[in-house]
Order: sequence, then C-alpha cells, then structure tokens
Amino acid sequence: MPTDQQSFTLDNCKIPFSPGQTIMDAALAAKTYIPHLCHFPGISPQGNCKLCTVKIGTRQVAACTTLAEPDIVVESEIQELTDARRALTQMLFIEGNHICPSCEKTGNCSLQAMAYHLGMEDNHFPQFFPQREVDASHPQIWLDRDRCILCSLCVRASQEADGKHVFAIAGRGLDAQLIVNSSSGKLAESDLAPEDLAARICPVGAILIKEVGYQTPIGQRIFDQHKIDEIGLEQVILAHNTTATRDE
Amino acid sequence: MNNSKLKLATTSLAGCFGCHMSFLDMDERLEALLEHASFDRSPLTDIKTIGNCDIGLIEGGVCNAENAEVLRQFRANCRILVAVGACAINGGVPAMRNQYSLQECLEEVYLHGTGIVNPRIPDDIELPLLLDKVYPVGEIVKIDYYLPGCPPSADTFLHFFEALLQGKTPELPRETLHYD
Amino acid sequence: MQKHGDTPLKDHLLHTLHMIQQRERCITDESIHRIAAQYSLPVSQVRAVVAFYAFFQTEPCGDYHLFFSNCPACGYEQAGQNLLQMLAHKLNVQIGQTRPDGRISLHETSCIGMCDHGASLLVNGQPLTGLESASIERLANQIETAAPLHNWPQDWMHTDSAVHKTNLLLEDSFVPGAGLRTTLARGTDAALEIITHSGLRGRGGAGFATGRKWRLCKAAAGDARYVVCNADEGEPGTFKDRWLLQQQAERVLEGMAICAFIIGARQGFLYLRGEYRYLLPHLQTTLAQQRRQGLLGKNIGGEPGFEFDVDIVIGAGAYICGEESALIESLEGKPGIPRNRPPFPVTQGYLGQPTVVNNVETFWAAASIIVNGADWFKSVGTPESSGSKLLSISGDCTAPGIYEYPFGITVHQILRECGAMNTQAVQIGGPAGTLIGRADFQRKIGFEDLSTGGSFMVFGETRDMMTVVQNFTKFFAHESCGFCTPCRVGTTLLKHNLEKIATGHGTHLDIQTLRETSNLVQRYAHCGLGHTAANPILNSLQSFPEIFGQRLAARSFTPNFDLDAALSEARRLTRRDDSKAHLDSGY
Ligand SMILES: Cc1cc2nc3c(=O)[nH]c(=O)nc-3n(C[C@H](O)[C@H](O)[C@H](O)COP(=O)(O)O)c2cc1C
Ligand code: SF4
Ligand code: SF4
Ligand code: SF4
Ligand code: FES
Repeated sequence: MPTDQQSFTLDNCKIPFSPGQTIMDAALAAKTYIPHLCHFPGISPQGNCKLCTVKIGTRQVAACTTLAEPDIVVESEIQELTDARRALTQMLFIEGNHICPSCEKTGNCSLQAMAYHLGMEDNHFPQFFPQREVDASHPQIWLDRDRCILCSLCVRASQEADGKHVFAIAGRGLDAQLIVNSSSGKLAESDLAPEDLAARICPVGAILIKEVGYQTPIGQRIFDQHKIDEIGLEQVILAHNTTATRDE
Repeated sequence: MNNSKLKLATTSLAGCFGCHMSFLDMDERLEALLEHASFDRSPLTDIKTIGNCDIGLIEGGVCNAENAEVLRQFRANCRILVAVGACAINGGVPAMRNQYSLQECLEEVYLHGTGIVNPRIPDDIELPLLLDKVYPVGEIVKIDYYLPGCPPSADTFLHFFEALLQGKTPELPRETLHYD
Repeated sequence: MQKHGDTPLKDHLLHTLHMIQQRERCITDESIHRIAAQYSLPVSQVRAVVAFYAFFQTEPCGDYHLFFSNCPACGYEQAGQNLLQMLAHKLNVQIGQTRPDGRISLHETSCIGMCDHGASLLVNGQPLTGLESASIERLANQIETAAPLHNWPQDWMHTDSAVHKTNLLLEDSFVPGAGLRTTLARGTDAALEIITHSGLRGRGGAGFATGRKWRLCKAAAGDARYVVCNADEGEPGTFKDRWLLQQQAERVLEGMAICAFIIGARQGFLYLRGEYRYLLPHLQTTLAQQRRQGLLGKNIGGEPGFEFDVDIVIGAGAYICGEESALIESLEGKPGIPRNRPPFPVTQGYLGQPTVVNNVETFWAAASIIVNGADWFKSVGTPESSGSKLLSISGDCTAPGIYEYPFGITVHQILRECGAMNTQAVQIGGPAGTLIGRADFQRKIGFEDLSTGGSFMVFGETRDMMTVVQNFTKFFAHESCGFCTPCRVGTTLLKHNLEKIATGHGTHLDIQTLRETSNLVQRYAHCGLGHTAANPILNSLQSFPEIFGQRLAARSFTPNFDLDAALSEARRLTRRDDSKAHLDSGY
C-alpha cells in the first residue's frame, strides 16, 4: 500500500481507500464488516435496504452508495445503528410472508442471518400478511414473492452479469413487486437459466433452484457454520448455490 | 418452601405441541427446574383453569375465539408472559392460511375438498369460531419475552429460566437464536 | 435531435402511454407489448412505468374518469360531509373503481393544486373546482345524461387565482426579452454574478443557492447541458407555479433561456405535472410566441450561435417526480425513483449530463433579477433569505389565493391579511414542511426559520387536526415510491399506527411506537419524501399533544385489530350469532 494512500476512520479503525471507492467497498477490502443486504461485491450498488446505514457526524448515509472521503469519521457498530438496523430488518420481515420453518432457504438465508446478527427476537411491527403471487412455471427455478425483500440484486445481476433483463421491480410504495420480463410475465417464458447469477444471487428464499431442496440438512447449512459478518461470505453462498445447480 | 416456588402455566394455541415437546427435552434438567417451579394450568398437568402465576408460556398463534380467550386469561393471570416459538411470535406455519380468505379455506375443507360426504360448513356452537387470520400473540396481548425457534431448543428454555430464577433479565445469546 | 415546436414530445414514453390511456381507457398488456417493441425496451420496463404512475390504469376505465382531490386544504371533507363519498353515492360507484356499466371511474388523487377553489376534481383531465354538495348533484346529472364536457357549466372550470398581495416581483413590469437582452449584453459571467449576488435561493423548497447551482453546472464536464423547469408542483397546498404558468409563462421561459445562455445549454424541458395537462394549449401558444419573438430557438436575441428551446414533458400522477433526480428519471421515460446523490444533477443529470433543475418560480424570479439587479432583489427579505416569495394560501381563510411577501414576514401577519380567523394551526411548506400551532405564529417565513416552497394551509378552530395529520400521513404512504425499506414499509406502518390512535384504540405504547417509527423513517429514508414523511406526526406530537392524549384508550394495552370484527366473516359463513361467536374487541 503506498504511504500516501488516503484513509478514513471507521469505528476507530483506519480504513484505506482509493478515490471512487465507496465506504462499503473500502471497509470490506479492509476486512471490516458493515451489515448489508442489497449490496453484493461486483454488482453496482443501489442502496435500497438501508441496513448499511452508517453515521458521519450527525448524518446517516448508506455505506454502499456513499463515496469514501479522506479523514471522515464513520460510525457503524453503535447501539443507535444496531437498533435501527434491527427495526429495518423487522420491517422486511413483516412486509412479506416469512415463515422460516417452512422455507427451504432457512439456514442459508441472509435476511434470517442478519436478524440473528442483530439479535431480533420478534417482528415488533404488526404483520402485513400480503398476498403475493408465486411463480412455479419454470422447470428449474422457483420464484416465491412472499419472501422477496425487493433488494433488486437479481434485477442488477441479470443486467450486469448475465447480460439479460429478466427481472424488474414495478409498482409504487407497498405495491412494489418483482416482475419478470416475459410476455406472460411468467418465469418459464423468460430466458433465465439456473446458471445465471440472477438465479443464484437472491439473499432470501424468493428465487430458489428446484429439486435440490433439503439436500443440505438443517443444522449443516451456511449459517450453521458461518456468521454473516464474515468477510467474503458472498462467495461461499454463491458456491453453495452453484453446487446446488450442478448437482441437479 | 413450596410457596416460594415460581408458578408456571403453559398452553398451546394454534401450535403443534412441538414447543412443549422441546420443553420436555430439558430432560433431567427439568427436574432441577421443578425444584424452583411448579405447574399451574398446563397440558402437562391437565389443570384446566389458570390461577395466579409468575410465568405463562404461550405456544402457538391465535386462530380462533377460544385461543384469544385463553391468551387473555393467561395475560390476566401471569406476571410474565412469554411467546414461545415461531407460531406464537409471528403466526408460523398455521399463518400460511392467511394467504386465503376464511371463506376459501372453509369451502375447500368442508365443501369442495376430495372425499367429502356431507358438504357443510360446521356451525355447532360448541366449536370455537375462526378468526379471519391467524395472528401473532403479541398483536393481541402484551408479551414480555420471546423465545424464537421452531421449536426453541431445550437449552433456550433452560437459559431463559436460569436467568429468571437468578432474578436477571433473560437475554438470549445471539448464537442460540434461530427461527427454524 | 428531437424537433421542437411539436410539443409535447410525441414520442416521449409517458406521452405515448397517455395517448393510449385516453384512446383505449386503459393500457392493456397488448399495448405494453407493442410499445416495448416500438421503443426497444424490455416489456418489464414498460410494465414498471405503467405501474408507477397513478394516471395509468391496466383495467378499463369509464367514459368519465374522475380523480377527486383528497387534500384537506380544499375542504372536500368538512362540516360533517364528505363530498367524495357523496359523489360516489350519487354516481353509484365505488371509490377507486369503475362502474360495472363502464361509464364512470372514480379515483381519489393527491392534491391537484386547486386549493384556493374549494373541493376539486379532474374529469378526463379537466379540473372542476368549487364543488359543493349542490354541485355534486348537478355534476352527477351531467354525467348520467352523458353531457359532453364542453357543455358543462363554465364556472366549474374556473382555475384562475386571485392575487391578494404583490411585492417586488409581481410589481415588476417585466418586458419580454428584457432579461435576455441584459444577459447577452453583460455576458455569462456578469449575468451569473447578478444571480449569485442577489442571494436568490431555490423556490421549490430546499433553497439551494441558484447562482451556485448554475455555476456548478456551467463548470461541470459534459457533452451537453440541460435546463429543466420543475413544474411538478405536487406539494399539497401549492398552486403558485400553476398560476405563474397560467399568467406569466413568458417570464418563466425567459428565465430558463437566461440560465441556458449562462451554463451553455441548448435544450430545456418543462416537466409539467399530469394534473396540469389542461395548461398545455396555453403553454404551447406561449412557446410559439417566444420563438416568434426570437426568445427561443436559433440565434436568440440576435446572438449568433445561441440556440435554446424547450420541450414540455408531462407527468402522470406521482408526487415523487417533483424530487429532482426522480424527475430526471421520469424525463428519461422511467419510473420516478430518486437516484443516489451525489452525483447531483448539476454534474450528472438528464442522460448523465450536467443539468440545472429549478422551480418555476426560481426561473421567473431570475428573469426579473437580471433586469433589475441584485440590489433591487436584496432590498427586501432577510440576510439569509433575500427577496420575496410567492405563497399559495388556502384553507380556512376568507381570501385564499396568491400572496407575494418579502421573506421575514410573520405567520401572524399573513393570517391577518388573508382573513384567517380563529386559526388553530398552519401547515407551512405542505405536509413535507412544518405544522405549527398558535404558540408559533410569531415565527417568520424564511429559510432560516419556516421554509416553504409556497404552500400555506390554514386550519381553523373547528378542524379536527387528527384528521388533517392522518390525511397527510396517508398522502406519504400513497406517494412513497417504494424504493427503500424505511419509507416503503414505514409510511404504511405510520398510517396504520395513527389510525389505531385516531379511532381511540391506541395506548401510550402505540404513541411510543409512532414516535420510534417516525424517527426511523425520517433518518434512514433515501430521499426527501421519506425524510419529511413523518413531519406531520412529529410536529403534531409536539404542538398538538392533546389530539393524541384525548384519544388514548382506557386500557394499558390494546390489540392491533378489532377481535370481534375479526370473527365477522366466520359468523357470516356459519350463520352464528350466539354469545360464543363474539369476543370483547379488546379496546
Ligand atoms: C418528494 C419531493 C417532492 C418535490 N417536489 C417539488 C416540486 O413539485 N417542485 C419543485 O420545484 N421542487 C420540488 N422538490 C425539490 C426538488 O428536488 C429540487 O430541490 C428543486 O426542484 C430545485 O429547484 P429550486 O432550487 O429552484 O427550488 C421536491 C423534493 C422532494 C424531495
Ligand atoms: S426467506 Fe429467509 S427469512 Fe424468509 S422465510 Fe425463508 S429463511 Fe426465513
Ligand atoms: S427475488 Fe431475491 S434477489 Fe430478487 S429482489 Fe427479491 S429478494 Fe432480491
Ligand atoms: S424515501 Fe420513499 S420516496 Fe424516497 S426513495 Fe425511499 S421509498 Fe422512495
Ligand atoms: S446494503 Fe446499502 S442500502 Fe442495502
């Protein structure tokens, strides 16, 4: 590292960065975890989940979309932020239908692991119990909108990594929902393939590869062996989802 | 020393008794616990009415009028009310019916389902009337503690009671948190 | 390059969708496919655009399509009557639906900017104002007898606003062309200096220094620069931009041209909210006239090579599109989802190029400032807020309308002059602004105290302030774009939370949750909509604690829903009504 490298402070640690790098990318490169759900290394950040919110002075900003600047003092692991992140996670839970005991993603799910990480014991807010459409049309891929947290990772992955436009988010406010780019709106008529990043990137159990369910027994899943604050875990998750694809 | 024992009541609302089974999984540690606690109303004692208690454990969400009544009796009689397990906390698996209207559910089960002999929605006044949805217990009464899990492990129960018995605020170690 | 003079842009996606909506009464999946092919867009993107804007419908709408404004300022719901419900009843149509015979659709919509005209609605895009219970009856008759719109009483179509108070800018006898002449004579740097020196700050609400904005844009690297006039005017209670576009559009357009000359732009856009579509013919005429007079087009003001023209792009019912980056997304034919800022529009705006976005009034004021000088403008106002400001005053006062005041004026004086009696509250700057009670009427209008984009809603003593706060809270839940978690979920939680309290079913715990959720939405949301969505709640907790306190339930904890009502469906299905078929509702 060149000695004149710029840096900022994150919770009393010095984090080096290069111009143009976000706070999140610089922190992760320095092996420092900032909670995040809608961020994925290598995919352009969007900043919708707000889990990565950090404080610079009195200002709250999303670490995944805010550029690092020399000598700023950034706080992340403070009670105020942990409480807010927990509340945001609770919002994501009550907004959809998350019934972990009946979900194939349990144990491999980043939302769930985030909730564990933040010490979430209940949903705090009243449940919305929305009615959302499940799309089982695709022979190999399953889309259960009940669990979608509208993180748009699949949307971005499809565009940026797969060079397709399989997904989009449509509708305003609470009506926002994941839609599929095909004439019928069904996954079967889209050009999504199980190998696509878009089919494997979903942090929750909304997009699942079919016929590999419960291959890994509960108790031996990703978050039985890892914690969400491990750096580079995204690769472990992707690898897991890739094996799932290949085995099938 | 009997009177200094903690009085404990438990019930299963719209649940599967899994949480109760897990409670029993404390095995021999349960015996130790019972030196400090005694049971009031509970499926484990078959006592049918609840008296003044220190702790009430609620398994299951609220799916019908009877559930709601029982839950309220527990709240009225228990100093500390604990929502135990996924169903109590957020409705759990029974809440999967919330995707359908009550009419759709009842018609499917009693009118249109396969193998139905005498299609008719039961209206016997002895049957508890169903709520439009299955609700988490916390939306109906105030809950003091939550023990997540489907079911919470025996260790989680133990940890919880140990803290209470020592007069501490029970806090679940994050490593033991799980919702499945 | 698109051809000017042919406004609105025939090929803008929003305009094409509007045309289809008009022609076919809805935008079918078939149309979506056709348009996707025509524009070489993914079907999902066209679907997303259709789903985003309230004026696009995928289900067939009626021959008469009514959008009833549900803003509390115009008073559709007052004195024990609700004109919207009355109309629904008269027309035998459910609110939010189309009558089975396909003749009538009745939707609620957020403030349509006719606040000074009483209850109002849009019928097939045409505003009808001053509705009262008697006119509701007549209106229903017109519709039932299928009377063509142009035969309806003309006094219903009254949209002009009374000007009650004038100051610097309204008294300026602005001669069209004078601003451009001065600008060209002085040159870009000197002209920019006048704007900067005048201390003019954005009139859209946020108050960013206009000179600084123009300078940043001028200095930013780019292949092209754009000037965008923000005429989305969605903040409930604001109608001064509508009035300016109706009465003084030339000055607004000249302000845009001045900006274009200074920053070096050739293309401008006027982003007009869909609710103001009826202004289009007038604006087109004005544009044509400006071109004829050499104030738009090529070699403007005789300056060789100075070329600038303005296209009108019309929105389709989305408050968020007033936020500058969402507006730019909408200009680009996309759903109006706010971008991450920075980069700000001044460096990366429309099509990624440096773009100035200013409010209608900002351009209008800039044109006069260029002619009269910075000191003229600074002769009124305060050190932090120089000059004067147009206010749109509505609500419980005898003289609603347009007022121009120097900054620094007290609320108290304004109330006196607009004929407001027994006022209990004023909402300044719209729901996104500040709600104040009597104790604060000595406060001053200005960026340093009570900042406002122009909305000034007066609420008299007889108003139930809880209804007002609820109305504004619903407004934000309805207008949230859905992009970020805290606002998407939080605004609806606030709406439900408040409803529980308003109906007398809330406890201290509910108020505590209300406060916590409000803080969360305010601090963690992505854009200005979320940052301000809890203002009505937080302000009223502060200034009107009694509207919460007096509604508290007797019990210390109450359920989140009515338990007995939750049994009603089962009672119906089993035809039971015995004692066991009921529960204490729990309140
Ligand atoms: C939700 C939201 C709605 C807005 N609506 C408007 C509007 O209708 N008109 C407007 O001029 N500015 C509006 N703004 C402010 C704009 O983002 C922007 O600051 C303004 O257009 C800049 O122009 P100005 O500096 O001349 O005020 C809105 C901002 C937000 C966050
Ligand atoms: S997606 Fe995750 S949080 Fe949601 S139900 Fe499945 S495991 Fe639970
Ligand atoms: S399906 Fe998964 S990846 Fe796609 S938006 Fe929903 S939660 Fe995110
Ligand atoms: S704060 Fe609200 S309006 Fe703004 S981006 Fe978030 S969801 Fe959209
Ligand atoms: S990770 Fe930054 S907002 Fe989601």
